Amino acid sequence: MDGDRVVTGRGGGRLARRVGSAVLVGVPLLFLAYFFVYPLAGILWVSLSREGSPSAAFVTVLTRPSLRAVAWFTLWQAAVSTVLTVLVALPGAYVLARFRFPGRSLVRAGVTVPFVLPTVVVGSAFLALLGPDGPLGVDLRHTVWAILLAHVFFNYAVVIRTVGGLWAHLDPRLEEAARMLGASRLRVFREVTLPLLAPALAAASSIVFLFTFTSFGVILILGGLHYTTLEVEIWRQTTQFLNLPVAAALAVLQLIGVTTLLVLYSRFQERRAVQQGLRPAGETARPPRTWGERLLVGANLVFMVLLLGTPLLVLVERSLATAGGYGLTYYQALFTSQTSSLFVPAAVGLRNSLVFALAATLIAVTVGLMAATVIAYRRGRAGRWFDVVLMLPLGTSAVTIGFGFLVALGKPIDLRASALLIPIAHALVAIPFVVRSAVPVMRSVRGRLRDAAAMLGASPFRVWREVDLPLAARAAAVGAGFAFAISLGEFGATAFIARPDTPTVPVAIFRLLGRPGNLNFGQAMALSTILMALTAAAVLLIERFRLARDSEF
Amino acid sequence: MMDKLRGTGFVIAMSIALALSVFVAGCGGATTTTTAPEGAAGSTVVLMTHDSFAISDEVLADFTAETGITVQVLRSGDAGAMLNQAILTKDNPLADVLYGVDNTFLSRALGSDVFEAYEPRGLDQVPDELQLDPGHRVTPIDFGDICLNYDKAFFAETGLAPPASLRDLTKPEYRSLLVVENPATSSPGLGFLLATVAEFGTGGEYDWLDFWRDLVANDLLVVSGWEEAYYSSFSGGSGAGDRPLVVSYASSPPAEVIYAETPLTEAPTGVVTAGAFRQIEFAGVLRGAKNPEGAGRLIDFMLSLRFQEDIPLNMFVFPANRDAVLPPEFLQYTDVPAAPLSVPPDVIEQNRDRWIEEWTAIAL
Repeated sequence: MDGDRVVTGRGGGRLARRVGSAVLVGVPLLFLAYFFVYPLAGILWVSLSREGSPSAAFVTVLTRPSLRAVAWFTLWQAAVSTVLTVLVALPGAYVLARFRFPGRSLVRAGVTVPFVLPTVVVGSAFLALLGPDGPLGVDLRHTVWAILLAHVFFNYAVVIRTVGGLWAHLDPRLEEAARMLGASRLRVFREVTLPLLAPALAAASSIVFLFTFTSFGVILILGGLHYTTLEVEIWRQTTQFLNLPVAAALAVLQLIGVTTLLVLYSRFQERRAVQQGLRPAGETARPPRTWGERLLVGANLVFMVLLLGTPLLVLVERSLATAGGYGLTYYQALFTSQTSSLFVPAAVGLRNSLVFALAATLIAVTVGLMAATVIAYRRGRAGRWFDVVLMLPLGTSAVTIGFGFLVALGKPIDLRASALLIPIAHALVAIPFVVRSAVPVMRSVRGRLRDAAAMLGASPFRVWREVDLPLAARAAAVGAGFAFAISLGEFGATAFIARPDTPTVPVAIFRLLGRPGNLNFGQAMALSTILMALTAAAVLLIERFRLARDSEF
Repeated sequence: MMDKLRGTGFVIAMSIALALSVFVAGCGGATTTTTAPEGAAGSTVVLMTHDSFAISDEVLADFTAETGITVQVLRSGDAGAMLNQAILTKDNPLADVLYGVDNTFLSRALGSDVFEAYEPRGLDQVPDELQLDPGHRVTPIDFGDICLNYDKAFFAETGLAPPASLRDLTKPEYRSLLVVENPATSSPGLGFLLATVAEFGTGGEYDWLDFWRDLVANDLLVVSGWEEAYYSSFSGGSGAGDRPLVVSYASSPPAEVIYAETPLTEAPTGVVTAGAFRQIEFAGVLRGAKNPEGAGRLIDFMLSLRFQEDIPLNMFVFPANRDAVLPPEFLQYTDVPAAPLSVPPDVIEQNRDRWIEEWTAIAL
């Protein structure tokens, strides 16, 4: 009897395990296949097979010198932006991960704010700061420096949160031991800390690289006219020249570039993953003790305020600066009657934005966590490709994906004009963030922890649920914050999706900025300020959840 | 027992995943049925338009009260993105009516055969010069003039007269005064380029490219979009820059008055009527529309005075119907260019890429 039960049980378990892992692999794969690969293939096929032979478009792209210059600029500015962002943000990540000081969670939430602001809004602030009358005193408008600076501004949070997320959990005893053995601070950092942080560093840089590789608004506004990325060129070819074959050829070029880099990155990533004992963040952080430490914390905070705070303060200031001194005129105007369909009542815009953001976060976290589990535990080629494919949407032109939805999603259910495409498009961009925040932590979980659980009789699913999932969930909270912020800021893709009239806050800002008049400009600034506050509050809330659960670590 | 638990766990996980996919699919289905209903005439008509479309809610409600047809607005990005979407979906269109194709894209739209011919009621009230398609595949709904705006305060202080022609802009007294948008990335920028082509012609003794060379020599400022040109570079009205001349619209001065923070009795900016380019926006019934009858009714309505007179204060363009009464701000604070420049849509279509490239070589 007993024996029978064990045998049947084991058989059922194996089947269940197979089904379980099929679900973990299947759901993200289906999601990605249906909402990314299929639309992308569809639009590329339609565009390239349209006029004459597909090779003609490639010949045009590859032989036109101006387009080669665009490809080269896209590549190098992304590389430089990434290196700069990592260098600048690393000390900040350390300070926020290792030191406890008043207002720390506020700062951590605050750095995410730039992420959600529409580039047209931040662009105008940057133009004011980088002009000849700005605090720098030099005219950097329309130089490559403006682009690089803006990229650091927008992506600072990616490094702070992705690297800081792992750093907060590194066991400080390792470093202390190395110090005790006589290693210098620098040597400890180089030989102990850095290798342990490598997976998170690689994750953060790959995201920053993809983001800047497909940079659009920043280039258009701050780059002036001399700098163009592939993304801007694809948009121009599509919407200005209606030249879909050339746009598609450029999109293929962009895709090849991104895929190559991702494959290289994922090999590196796998080799560098170190299994280690992670500690609760609460245990590793402490108040700054020495003057040197206080100075370090202070200097980094000042730097963050200068880099991230100044452009944001310009917007706040403008939202309050009325003809008769500072006042709330623009805020009041936002909430008073305007019945035209152009004007979005602020309350409606806010509600729509929140609903979309919540839906996008839900999709991104669910799909992302499933995918992260697969990537973290399934080494080898399959896992690597899975990883690469998941990252691709981040490096693919938003115009291309948006148009892909149109050609591919008409059958069997017509989703082409569904409001659901908006959170789905946001989730596509947000999933890499969830995966990137979760995988390094999951990979670092000591195998022993899992083995111990299994030895104590836990089933593989129970191990996953009780060991891996809680760890990953906390890491995913970082990704969830990003997912929420990305969706709230309505990044790229949605502008190219046919959608029912459900205006969000960024749409309202865009409409206000589209016509002359102080009242329009002022209201756009006021709405931007509200968007910033909303983001900071939402991210703070997500952080709270994460900190509260840290004690279980 | 253990193993049973294990199984249950997986069943739960699977159910969650399944529920999610059903939810996703279900939502999609539900949303689709509300946005693209099967064509029972007299129920719903879907209007595909660009992001700048605006009309009073009451006006659309009146249409519904009158006809029993509900209008659903589908937004599709800027005018270029919208037209592309219409072309890509022409075998199975997303909407019944497309509104917002302008004369710079008209030739491409007609060539792609996305429209069904429809001659609306009230077309006789539309001036002939706005009717660019004799086949009635598209109906002109509104027009706007892209033209120079000037900062009144600057010209009053310096005693300089605003330019009276495009050619004036190359004179030394107008040095460093003008900001324009890049025609490769901005619709008013393209309109201004076309105005110069119409004014100076191609290949003559002093053609449009010579004019641009002189403008560049006169310290022209080029920026990528209207927002940056107007709000960050222009000195007049709500602009915070230092250039007193900008390429904008003839309707910008009324907007400055209407959206002033404190009531104004005079517009802070003025328009130069010489060298304006007229942008005409069209609507048409999409081929394969699910509700062609409703689509026709909507286009009739768009030409009616109720809709036409609501256009100026919502979209800041002028109604195509000559009988429509303009709001007082439009009569008082701006001038409508009497002789706007134009380039035939097919000529634009054939030369757009080349002209932009030639322009780029000179101006950037």
